Amino acid sequence: MIDASVFLLAAALALGSGVAMVLVRNAVHAALFLVASQLALAVLFLIQGAFFIAALQIIVYAGAIMVLFVFVVMLLGVDKRESLIEPLRFQREIGVGLGVLLIVAALYLGVGTSFAVADLPDSAGPRSTEGNVEAVARELFTHWALPFEITSVLLIVAVVGTMVLAKRRLRS
Amino acid sequence: MTAFVVVSVIKVFVVFGAVLGTVLFTIWLERKIVARMQSRYGPNRWGPFGLFTSLADGVKLFFKEQVSPRGIDKAAYVAAPVLALIPAFLAFAVIPFGEHVTLFGQTVTLEVTDLNVGLLWVIAMGSLAVYGVVLAGWASGSKYPLLGGIRSSAQMISYEIALSLSLVPVVVWAGTLSLREIVEAQIGTFGTIGWLPGPVQWIGHLIPKWYVVFQLPAFLLFMAAGVAETNRAPFDLPEAETELVAGYHTEYSGIKFAMFFLAEYVHIITISAVAVIMFLGGWDGPHLPFLPWMWPLMNFMGKTFTLVFLFIWLRATLPRIRYDKLMVLGWKGLIPMALGWLVVSATILTVKDAYFG
Repeated sequence: MIDASVFLLAAALALGSGVAMVLVRNAVHAALFLVASQLALAVLFLIQGAFFIAALQIIVYAGAIMVLFVFVVMLLGVDKRESLIEPLRFQREIGVGLGVLLIVAALYLGVGTSFAVADLPDSAGPRSTEGNVEAVARELFTHWALPFEITSVLLIVAVVGTMVLAKRRLRS
Repeated sequence: MTAFVVVSVIKVFVVFGAVLGTVLFTIWLERKIVARMQSRYGPNRWGPFGLFTSLADGVKLFFKEQVSPRGIDKAAYVAAPVLALIPAFLAFAVIPFGEHVTLFGQTVTLEVTDLNVGLLWVIAMGSLAVYGVVLAGWASGSKYPLLGGIRSSAQMISYEIALSLSLVPVVVWAGTLSLREIVEAQIGTFGTIGWLPGPVQWIGHLIPKWYVVFQLPAFLLFMAAGVAETNRAPFDLPEAETELVAGYHTEYSGIKFAMFFLAEYVHIITISAVAVIMFLGGWDGPHLPFLPWMWPLMNFMGKTFTLVFLFIWLRATLPRIRYDKLMVLGWKGLIPMALGWLVVSATILTVKDAYFG
């Protein structure tokens, strides 16, 4: 009962702020709606019993990435006129098409599939006694070790690349 | 189920009220201590030793006119103080401040909830605290707040890394992220130390098993990063009054200003409480035979206020550091040191487990 009402509230908040993020004109407001959406997602993780994932969701997305978003938007002071000039032609049409495609794909996968609790590995299951940290760590460093390492290499490449680009601009 | 809900609701209100009261007391304490360190009297009009000054200030701020400038972004301007205050209070939801109490046949744990990732929750709330400050700076539509906001976002993001990294060695040693279990791992003393020469083996009975003993570098790193994370002197660049008027809350008045003020002090208390839990053994300490439930609470509060006093002492003693020096200290000093200490303490733990069982 409590779970269901919290779920409905958080889901509505996540979807509502997602829509608001797209519709709102001001770039900082859009970023803030995205933060609200991320926090609502964290609540959804919480009621599933995935405390660790919820905490990571808040720390990484809401706490680190979105803060940098807001920081950059504030610092660059995005001009309101700028958003009306589209560098890509047919950008909106393509966007709408891809969005419809995504919804169709999600519905195709979602309808008829049951996302039952039993589908998860036992250790990662909601309210497991072991605790989420151990379960996530075991999955991440055994089964998913290679994707995990590749992702970290990708991030390091991105950071180094940014530094190289920034340095070059400084010199010229 | 019903009992659980009722107890939880009561605990939420009690903790909220207790934190609020502690904040009022801390503000009075700070004004009094700083005044004494500068050979002044400090507040001495309301109540004994001016104890009710903060309360009177709070009431005054509550009824004050809220002046807001013309160029503000209304929604963000109103939301910013609330966004500063909420994470500050939410962090206290997982802080354990004592053992159990049995009231009316109910065993009540002295914390709002025992999350098994409690430490991460505190860090997560700390990372959300940036929004209030940044938004306040941006929404005010004025130069000084914007500079203060940008400074603070850079500062808080940088020092958050050092703050979190300095806690990792303790987590590695304790093997848990639950704050209650971390405290329970520190209760007691080392006992008789076998490898010391016979006559001095008893000295282990005097040394508590607090993590500060072996994790002293981590403790110092945590406190240094904590001062910066709470935007306190000597790292109070976001509100440096000699450069930025009042930084991010320049354009705020009345109750909105009070909320920023409140959030800052709640953060100080949170950082102190987390330091007590992680390094100073939480509620471990002397127990006397009468009133058994009171001593853990007293120990916890005594240690927390000792650290709060340290914060105040620092503010009264040290001059403000320059902004670029602050960034250099964070990125080239604290973060590498925290990483290095993590490697060292993980090595110590591995060697200890491998050769000494």
